[in-house]
Amino acid sequence: MNRLFALRLNDWQIAAVLAFLGLAGPFLLPGLATQIAFLWLMVVFALTWDMLGGRMGYNSFGNIVFFGIGCYAAAVVQRDAGVGYFEGLGLGLLVGACLAVLAAVVFGAAMLGIRGHYFAIGTLGLGIAAGEIAAGWDYVGAGSGMALPLYPGELGQREIFFCYSLFALAAICFLLFRWIYSTRFGLALNAIRDDHDKADAMGLRTTPIKIFAWALSALFLGISGGLAANMIGFIDPRDVAFAGATFGVWMVLMAILGGKGTLWGPVLGAFVFHVTQELFWTYLLGWQRVALGLLIVVIVVFFPQGIMGWLAERRARALS
Amino acid sequence: MSALLEVKNVTKSFGGVVANRDVSLTVRQGEIAGLIGPNGSGKTTLFGSITGTHAVDSGDILFEGRSIAHLRPAPIARAGLLRTWQQTRIYGEMSCAENMAISAREAHGHVFSLLRPVPAATRRRGDDLLAFVGLHEKRMEKAGSLSFGQQKLLEFAMALMNEPKLLLLDEPTAGINPTLINGLIDRLRRANTELGVTLLVIEHNMRVIMNLAHRITCLAHGEVLAAGTPEEVRDDKRVLDAYLGVA
Amino acid sequence: MLDNLSLFFQYPSLAADVIVNGLLIGAIFALAAYGMALVWGVLNIVNVVQGELVVLGGYVTFLAVQAGLPPLLGFPLSAAVMFCVGWFIYRAIIFRVVDKDIFISILATFGLSILFQQLANAVFGSDVRTVDAGLGSLHLFDGTVTLSYVKLLAFLLALGAGLTLWLFLRHARLGQAIRATAQNPRAARILGIDTNRVYAMTYALNGALCGAAGSLAVMAWTIHPYIGLPYTVRSFMVVVVAGVGNVAGVVAAGLGLGALENVAGFVFGVEFQIAFVFGLMVVILVWRNAMAARKRSYLE
Repeated sequence: MNRLFALRLNDWQIAAVLAFLGLAGPFLLPGLATQIAFLWLMVVFALTWDMLGGRMGYNSFGNIVFFGIGCYAAAVVQRDAGVGYFEGLGLGLLVGACLAVLAAVVFGAAMLGIRGHYFAIGTLGLGIAAGEIAAGWDYVGAGSGMALPLYPGELGQREIFFCYSLFALAAICFLLFRWIYSTRFGLALNAIRDDHDKADAMGLRTTPIKIFAWALSALFLGISGGLAANMIGFIDPRDVAFAGATFGVWMVLMAILGGKGTLWGPVLGAFVFHVTQELFWTYLLGWQRVALGLLIVVIVVFFPQGIMGWLAERRARALS
Repeated sequence: MSALLEVKNVTKSFGGVVANRDVSLTVRQGEIAGLIGPNGSGKTTLFGSITGTHAVDSGDILFEGRSIAHLRPAPIARAGLLRTWQQTRIYGEMSCAENMAISAREAHGHVFSLLRPVPAATRRRGDDLLAFVGLHEKRMEKAGSLSFGQQKLLEFAMALMNEPKLLLLDEPTAGINPTLINGLIDRLRRANTELGVTLLVIEHNMRVIMNLAHRITCLAHGEVLAAGTPEEVRDDKRVLDAYLGVA
Repeated sequence: MLDNLSLFFQYPSLAADVIVNGLLIGAIFALAAYGMALVWGVLNIVNVVQGELVVLGGYVTFLAVQAGLPPLLGFPLSAAVMFCVGWFIYRAIIFRVVDKDIFISILATFGLSILFQQLANAVFGSDVRTVDAGLGSLHLFDGTVTLSYVKLLAFLLALGAGLTLWLFLRHARLGQAIRATAQNPRAARILGIDTNRVYAMTYALNGALCGAAGSLAVMAWTIHPYIGLPYTVRSFMVVVVAGVGNVAGVVAAGLGLGALENVAGFVFGVEFQIAFVFGLMVVILVWRNAMAARKRSYLE
């Protein structure tokens, strides 16, 4: 446990600011509780994508599948279990997490042998296929989606509740991943990224390692899906649960914007991206989606090294 | 001395081009074996066949008496048979110390056994081996930023970290500063005697291989041309012809 | 689902109708896939914006018809306009990612794909569009097999466009420069070929192919702003199955995919047709990987 909290001073300061925002934010800025909650969701998105994309070198466009499974699992359980709201939510999150991990193991066993851009496009297909199947499946409401039960508390309580839940999830995700990256498992992920064939030839059990990493991502995405679905109150198969063209791409973009494969990069990327996105929504009404598309292109083409990479370059230049 | 590796009548072709035809060779426990031959004679292909990069068309490969001809690289490595590459393969974005840590034998374990920080003993052993190849002061640097020769030494150290029984080295002296070659030969010998690693070495530098190897096999056009002690191979007229290009 | 399947086997003429119509649509897929193979082979880029170029080509024809031009004129017009769009995209974006990591180019073209899809939605609205070429239909076997003339025409035009490009690559000087660059860009540069211009030209030609495919799609079928990605995935799938340099294979795989998709749409229901396309791609990639793994060798 010591290692878990052995952050450097610099890290401590960032962590303190984030913890303050997470704990006091919803009270100080109650009007922004939903936006803050989405921010933590984005942090989970970026962190979980980075485990594969940044640390392991497997660029997935399909991680949204696990989020969607979490959404639908919670919705179905809460609809059919016939228990109170919080019991249903808890059960739904549990089922969602399990199904997401199971899906990651199955898809991982099938797809993690695929390398490079074939993996990227293949996972893109996975995400969209899942959305289309959900949109045609009557049991989960087909194209009209599913409504989640109403939060029982007072008005405004719901936002606060999910704000804290998602903050807790993001914090646990960050600390757990941080510890994982300090173990041999983290080194194994990096080894697979740097030279997969070499890692094989050195005797690493690469397939189970890759599947475990994806399952770990899926665990957090599955839980975040259940929480997000309840916070939004409604899931649409293509625009919420399996939203490949929004959430699915944002995951990738936030991690790249912050800096792939770095500790704080995904968190930072999620912050910057989320704020930019909210500004677009406020000031570019009607054209915000076009602007977001443009933003993706601009970031990828002109800023592929990310904020952390840019800072490192500057530091290197200052030293020399 | 018992045979550690036996290659029996291995044939391998790539799309009609025969790279190895009916190749047999034996590496005995504890020796340093050499593999020589002109460019394109199929030495590296043979390494690939032995370590599981590609399947052989016919023939068999035994390691410690067990057939490994249909295994993939990872299980072969876990059995204690490792190789290095002519073009060197290291984990470029990781530091040298990290490269060593993940090359340790414990990293062969199952996923959950990896969820532990690198033990201090492993870290020390990695540092010792880095010192052994003369890279100790570089241990915190990114492996990708090292020079080609240094990467080669790092790859060798990583292989030793894995505690193989048999190590196949693909041109260990290529690209190494000539003034450092004698030191490298010394280290290869010490790896053999002190660490007990059997070696099979592809080498173009005749002076090096004649000095180093106990026995040498010469390939030409994918077939075994000659085999024996360095003196026997050196004095074999066919070997000389193959190198000088006389048909 | 099983009812549909038994229906399919009980009535051969119905089966023939589904398969032939699929084959005809498949020519459009083959055309777009040919463009993708060209860009993949020459620029070493997986062009995720491919489908949006097809859709934009469809909108060009749609606008031309709205403006009172005859539908068939839309075909060359779409190709010409999309040639220019392709050139512009290359000069603005693609040349910056062409020699970077392939994932960067995938992500950049994916971003372009989202950009165009949202632009199309903002400008043209999300309605499903089609153009009536006014050519009528051909009825075979007492009307059990219906072939619209526009699909037949689309089939012939698609094959014609593909053949023209193939001849161009074989015999024209620029075509030879493109093929030389595909084989070895460095050697081509040393021999005095302006590879940057070749890249731009290749991408523009790809735009023209997509524009042509889109024009045929809007006449023979429908388009809407969000239908681009399925065309990208179809093209990708066709190229993966056929191989980058295999024109005959691309045509065969494109036609086969069209037929297969139509049959799947009939059996599983049209609402699952897109899911089938994407699922099929995943299956193909997994299968291809498993085949390679059996041979104890690695794929790039």
